Amino acid sequence: MHGFESNTGAFAGLLRDDPATGVFRVHRRAMVEQAVFDAEMRAIFDHAWLYLGHESEVPNAGDFRARSLAGRPLLLCRGEDGEVRAFLNVCPHRGTVVCRERQGNTKSFTCFYHSWTFRLNGERLPLPNDEAYSDGAKPDPKESGLKLVPRQANYRGFIFISFDADASSIEDYLAGARIYLDAVADQGENGMEVIAGSQLYSARGNWKLLVENTIDFLHTVPVHQTYFKFLRDFGTDLSSGVSGRGYDLGNGHAVVAFKAGWGRPVARWEPSWGEAEKSRLADLRVQVVKRVGEERAKLIADTDRNLCLFPNLLINDIMATVLRQANPVAPGYMEITQWALAPKGEDPASRARRLHAFNTFLGPGGFATPDDIEAFEGCQRGFGAWRELGWSDYSRGYRTEVDGPEDKIRSDHELQIRAFYRRWHELISAGMAS
Amino acid sequence: MSTPTRAEIEDFLFLEADLLDTWRLDEWLELFAEDGCYEIPATDLPDGDPAKHLFIIADSMPVLRGRVQRLKSVAAYSESPRSRTRRIVGNVRLLGSEGDTLKVGANFIVQRVKNDNTDSYCGRYDLLLRSTAGGLRFVRRRAVLDLDALRPQGRVSFIL
Repeated sequence: MHGFESNTGAFAGLLRDDPATGVFRVHRRAMVEQAVFDAEMRAIFDHAWLYLGHESEVPNAGDFRARSLAGRPLLLCRGEDGEVRAFLNVCPHRGTVVCRERQGNTKSFTCFYHSWTFRLNGERLPLPNDEAYSDGAKPDPKESGLKLVPRQANYRGFIFISFDADASSIEDYLAGARIYLDAVADQGENGMEVIAGSQLYSARGNWKLLVENTIDFLHTVPVHQTYFKFLRDFGTDLSSGVSGRGYDLGNGHAVVAFKAGWGRPVARWEPSWGEAEKSRLADLRVQVVKRVGEERAKLIADTDRNLCLFPNLLINDIMATVLRQANPVAPGYMEITQWALAPKGEDPASRARRLHAFNTFLGPGGFATPDDIEAFEGCQRGFGAWRELGWSDYSRGYRTEVDGPEDKIRSDHELQIRAFYRRWHELISAGMAS
Repeated sequence: MSTPTRAEIEDFLFLEADLLDTWRLDEWLELFAEDGCYEIPATDLPDGDPAKHLFIIADSMPVLRGRVQRLKSVAAYSESPRSRTRRIVGNVRLLGSEGDTLKVGANFIVQRVKNDNTDSYCGRYDLLLRSTAGGLRFVRRRAVLDLDALRPQGRVSFIL
């Protein structure tokens, strides 16, 4: 049972979704109120599949990464048997965080508080002086190891976890988003890897602001005009504009797929990269076609995609590939982590150009992301007036979504944001994720 | 040309701090050599290589000029209106020299005030300076943060 269920009636009023009039609005109480935040934690984050890390981040036996998600300290570790396991990074004995390093390589984990020690597979080593426990109280070695997260799945190198032992399979959960995650995973002939170095930052805003911003096209020209000017000054031709549209991928997942004037490292050349690169990129594209066929190569190589994997993983596959996660901490504060994903064995020049593109646009020191953060923080301050000015609007293109025609759906419509908020509302109203 | 003294290096860094705190960014750019760079490594990889690893900032001179041009625009919303910053640069040490190039270390604390928040950034400067007829110039200006993460600072939208 979930203690907040008696309140769920109150959450039913947080969404106005009226296909007849084409109105779609979310109430700003959802961005400020602790009760809503708590409901999100219990109804969404306790049940969803959440991204924890990529298998390439722990390549060797004993490699580990300590992270936290939805308030839980977690440990991702590769065992001597080659298996990657996700543990709660918590000592079963008294609850201390066991591994206090952010990353590294080890033979075992020892809790410094009372010296409980665990193998890489989580098994507890014999306790010192355990004769002081009566037989009935002696910790069972099988039950007192590091606790695995209830569910874990490795989808093509992406490690997802769920705190719900009854969660559906990751494949079912991903629904229509699977082909878009495949389009990221399939870029490297030898698989993909997370590039070392993480951008760890934050915003004084509700976590949903980052989700909607990542799949929102309406803000890009007004907010990021200085970045686009920078690209133009460096020779990128943006005159064709952006064409594309959003898709509802089921289960709250959504994507905007589009084409812009910048180049893609796999594999869409742009003139400012020079003629030598043109033939190299053409060869790279031929390799992708050979591997996955022309139809899927179009999606992988030619299309820019901003993908939301419900609830909080965002993948921008544009001039670089960004894995970005919004970790809710409080109604008005989120932690954000982002990583650069790239094909294993990518040639050094492409890797350097990819990193340059990533750093200039996408990071907390880039030419665009800081302005997004300023927008989130401005929204969060504005939400202080939610009692007087309650509704945020996401109605663009709603009638087109309902009546069609399909080919009139545009990237600056808000179909993809509506898909996220519908699922969000369904779950917090029901009080339980499926 | 004799090797600059620590006092001369300090004067250079204190002038720089003043140019940044007063947002005289064009004058600040003139303190860089033509082959200069401005870098902030990821907080979980302070010894990273910008060609191989993800950074927070890794600007060559053309990019750094673009950064300054952007920061002067009213449409760089993160810094429009601008942050107030106040920086203390200290513990300046000349760590070595080779020809006209000096390896210099220094510590910094920068306070940034914006939107009713005061955020603190602390770390060290890992610098390569070139001694020229026109004075000292940055060849590498790397700010290595001591922070675990930009939390709650969120961003580095001014020059650190």
